[in-house]
Amino acid sequence: MHVTGRVEQGTPGALLPLRRPPAPPPDERLSDVDEWGRSEAARARLRRLFGPVYRNWFRAEWEGMEKIPASGGALLVANHAGAIPADAPVIMHGIEEELGRPVYGLADYLFRSMPVVGTAWARGGGVPAHPDNAYRLLREQQQLALVFPEGTKGTGKLVTQRYQLRRFGRGGFVEIAMRAGVPVVPIVVVGSEEAMPILAKSAAAARILGVPYVPLTANMLLFGPLGLVAYFPAKFKLRVLDPVYFDVPPDQERYRRSRVFDEAEAIRQAMQTNLYDMLRKRRSVWFG
Amino acid sequence: MGRRVLITGLGAFWGGHMARALEADPSVDVIVGIDTDDPSVQLERTEFVRCDDSYSILARLVRATQVDTVVHAGLVVNSALMPDRRLHEKNVIGTMNLLAALGADQSRVTNLVVKSSALVYGASMEDPTWFREETPRSRPPRTRMEKSLLEAEDYIRTFAEEFSSVKVAVLRFANVLGEDLVTLFSRALSLPLAPTIAGYDPQLQFVEQDDVVRAMEFCIRHELEGVYNVAGDGRLPWSEVRAIAGHPPLYISPVMTEMAAAALRRAGLITLPREALDLLRYGRGIDNRKLKRAGFEYRHTSAGAVRHFVETRRLRRVVGAQPAYRYEGDVESFFRRSPAVVHQPSP
Repeated sequence: MHVTGRVEQGTPGALLPLRRPPAPPPDERLSDVDEWGRSEAARARLRRLFGPVYRNWFRAEWEGMEKIPASGGALLVANHAGAIPADAPVIMHGIEEELGRPVYGLADYLFRSMPVVGTAWARGGGVPAHPDNAYRLLREQQQLALVFPEGTKGTGKLVTQRYQLRRFGRGGFVEIAMRAGVPVVPIVVVGSEEAMPILAKSAAAARILGVPYVPLTANMLLFGPLGLVAYFPAKFKLRVLDPVYFDVPPDQERYRRSRVFDEAEAIRQAMQTNLYDMLRKRRSVWFG
Repeated sequence: MGRRVLITGLGAFWGGHMARALEADPSVDVIVGIDTDDPSVQLERTEFVRCDDSYSILARLVRATQVDTVVHAGLVVNSALMPDRRLHEKNVIGTMNLLAALGADQSRVTNLVVKSSALVYGASMEDPTWFREETPRSRPPRTRMEKSLLEAEDYIRTFAEEFSSVKVAVLRFANVLGEDLVTLFSRALSLPLAPTIAGYDPQLQFVEQDDVVRAMEFCIRHELEGVYNVAGDGRLPWSEVRAIAGHPPLYISPVMTEMAAAALRRAGLITLPREALDLLRYGRGIDNRKLKRAGFEYRHTSAGAVRHFVETRRLRRVVGAQPAYRYEGDVESFFRRSPAVVHQPSP
């Protein structure tokens, strides 16, 4: 029998006969999947695939990209729209190409339960939106994380309500940024609403399928089932607003509710104002 | 005076190896082990006492031996090893009897180390990527296995609150891999096809068997208190584990998985217990930094543990299971008991 347990032998009588273990060998890995399930190789493949769509279909145009910190953690906050929202891949793609640093997309854990989709989502930089995950990403690893505080309330709204920001959850994103000691960088997106507008919703079907909403999109009417992936070529314009720094100590157990709500509401107001401003200047949905 | 240690579950892998590790420590005076089955490893100076599943003789034993340290290594963490009834008896009733014995008036116990499992965190889609020791589980437990462990930990928590004079350490281990050990993953990787739920590639975490024994020893030596996660650094996807082991996947349906798994189990194609199915869907990560902060150093990362396991098995297939030193038992007993050996006092 191989002796496994008796590796620690020392001089008799010594109080701590712990032999110092040899330094662990470098972690040999076969894949480059990190602790979050993200793979830079998969991400690069995805960027190569999505690049032409980003440039030629959505023709994404940024304003104020330099406001996103080139190093250190930051919580990116954006408006969310379209039945199957294209804003997340556009924002992640743009920043990763431009700044050369990864963006982790915090999203509903519902993704994880879906076979194939869940794995692809994780390899492509999706992380379940759990406060612990956000803290570790932002505070300990100083990464960029992207959240949509409206959640599915934003993506599930009808075309008639486009660009009207929904409630920003319970302001949890502000509390996370405060605890992590990082700024919130708001990003407003114009174009995502028209890329896949929702004409009607079925609450009954959503209940049966156990998903937040089951939409009927204009894309489905035109292209049938293909409408699930066929986006309209709406022109994407993105504007980065000034980073919001909170003058509070990080790592607190809790922060004053009123302060959190006020900050969240202020950010929402700023984003709504900027959205209206961008819409005022937009001449065409398709050409910007 | 040296330590006097009682080990539960001596017949199982961990109890046996723990006893072995303690035998090598000269500051441990007495080692007593209890179990229903004979020890599987060769032991030198450990006294073995046979008992029933629920350890009903424990109170007398603790009183008679005057032990100061108890290693509760008898918790069963793989439901494939025994029927649910017996599992409950061993994990819940056994722990209850143990704690009752430790709390008795004549007990001199000051330290309790419990080998628990990361199974208490469960595995579900709402989970954080890393569980800290204080992170609650996301969903209530569904399997008897997890329920029994949670119940046992509950008893231990209450005991620790009630008896502040006893230092209680609960170690929650990630999935263990090791050459001499049967765990659900070592079994999953010993079949020609590795069971995989189609469409899922969970991120898993492992710990090497030596690190497990070392962690428990570390706990005893440093008299740690509280709950500690024990797992190798990092996580790796199941597809990568399969690639390291060189096993093609055996796909299980992502819908009605339990039924599909039951059929495959019956056909002898897989040996996965129920609690492993959630793990193969969502994976699990536990944050090992608390134990590291206490000073413990791991020898293997998660990926390193998988690699070590696979390489050792390859070697064994060629040269067989070779003991490190065949005559060790005799030699050790000579050094310990023979009048020819001159015992020098410790400096």
